[in-house]
Amino acid sequence: MTAKEIIAARAAKEMNDGDVVNLGIGLPTLIPNYLREGVNVILQSENGFIGLGPVKGEPQGELVNAGGQPAGINPGGAFFDSSFSFQLIRGGHVDVTVLGGLEVDQYGNLANWMIPGKMVPGMGGAMDLVTGAKNVIVTMEHCSKKGAPKILEECRLPLTGKGVVDVIITELAVFTVTEDGLVLEELQEGVDLQTVIDRTEANFRIPELA
Amino acid sequence: MSKITSYDELIPMFKNGMTVMSGGFMGVGTSEVLVSALLESNVEGLTLIASDTATEDKGVGPLIVNKRVKKLIASHIGTNPETGRQMIQGELEVELVPQGTLAERVRAGGSGLGGILTPTGVGTVVEEGKKKMEVDGREFLLEKPLRAEVALIKAKKADKFGNLVYNQSARNFNPMMALAADLVIAEVDEIVEIGEIDPHEVATTGIVVDKIVVGGQ
Repeated sequence: MTAKEIIAARAAKEMNDGDVVNLGIGLPTLIPNYLREGVNVILQSENGFIGLGPVKGEPQGELVNAGGQPAGINPGGAFFDSSFSFQLIRGGHVDVTVLGGLEVDQYGNLANWMIPGKMVPGMGGAMDLVTGAKNVIVTMEHCSKKGAPKILEECRLPLTGKGVVDVIITELAVFTVTEDGLVLEELQEGVDLQTVIDRTEANFRIPELA
Repeated sequence: MSKITSYDELIPMFKNGMTVMSGGFMGVGTSEVLVSALLESNVEGLTLIASDTATEDKGVGPLIVNKRVKKLIASHIGTNPETGRQMIQGELEVELVPQGTLAERVRAGGSGLGGILTPTGVGTVVEEGKKKMEVDGREFLLEKPLRAEVALIKAKKADKFGNLVYNQSARNFNPMMALAADLVIAEVDEIVEIGEIDPHEVATTGIVVDKIVVGGQ
């Protein structure tokens, strides 16, 4: 499995049957491929519907996902406007959101929407999602392409949300964010603790790992 | 007076320096006909309010590419590289607004509210220059309403009174924008007689729609 697949497969385990879930663009969209048997989630698409699913038959020009790509709507779904869509998001009606990250820190701060002077795409719906979803999961590769840690003592990039992250899943480990900082919940298969310590800037607590 | 308008009649409705809002998410739910009429009118110096700037050749993207916009209020610009280029060059002023906040600011503008209080953006650059208020122990940002002189709306169907029915994910910002502008123009795929749309299906009442143009005419 590639790093992305390992991360997506692990993130799928965080889902419970019946959860309303919003998945960010990219890696998080792989998660439905790895859901356990008997776990069905309801996907919310922030551009205006519940019941996001695969395209059935010919793609329809006015039915797209939050990345603007052709999508389908499952039986039981509903269309609505953007105001209602974000009422669902901010109002705590979305159980889980999974987003990518550029940086996460020990306080649960997340930066994933801009790199000053380089990349300023805008936050889209990300700030609302991290503010309103009950469970915010960040899925990302443990280090940058240059090998720099992305789990930091304190984020350096402009924040998407302050103190919003609940779970961090990388190809090396799973952390939860608590009031006392990060807790290492799990090492991914075949990963040793020292590797995670070496590649993580933030301090974290290590309970007795199974 | 009939609300049904020809493409040619639309063009003089646009003026230099206007504030225009357009429905659409990545171009889906944006009226290509109205964007094209706006381009053909040759107006410039626009303030544009939209979810995003789609791509260079889709949605409101061509308004950016053709340099008609001086100020943009949007939640996402990353899919249209020209927007970022003009912003970095200082040719285009861009105010980035979280998407849910943008929807609520437009809703506030159309519904007589003095603003909305949202927790989105607290502790980020979005809070800069804004009033922060504590309500029952939680911090919120006061976000001001947005209105425009013209709203460009895309719907699937209208009756001759202007009652609108939207299609699938093309609804997005359109219903809020239809309440938040002085002049509301809707492009529809199909126009029917008054009474042919079940009132249950109407998502935007015709009382707020000023002009209707049928796509492709």
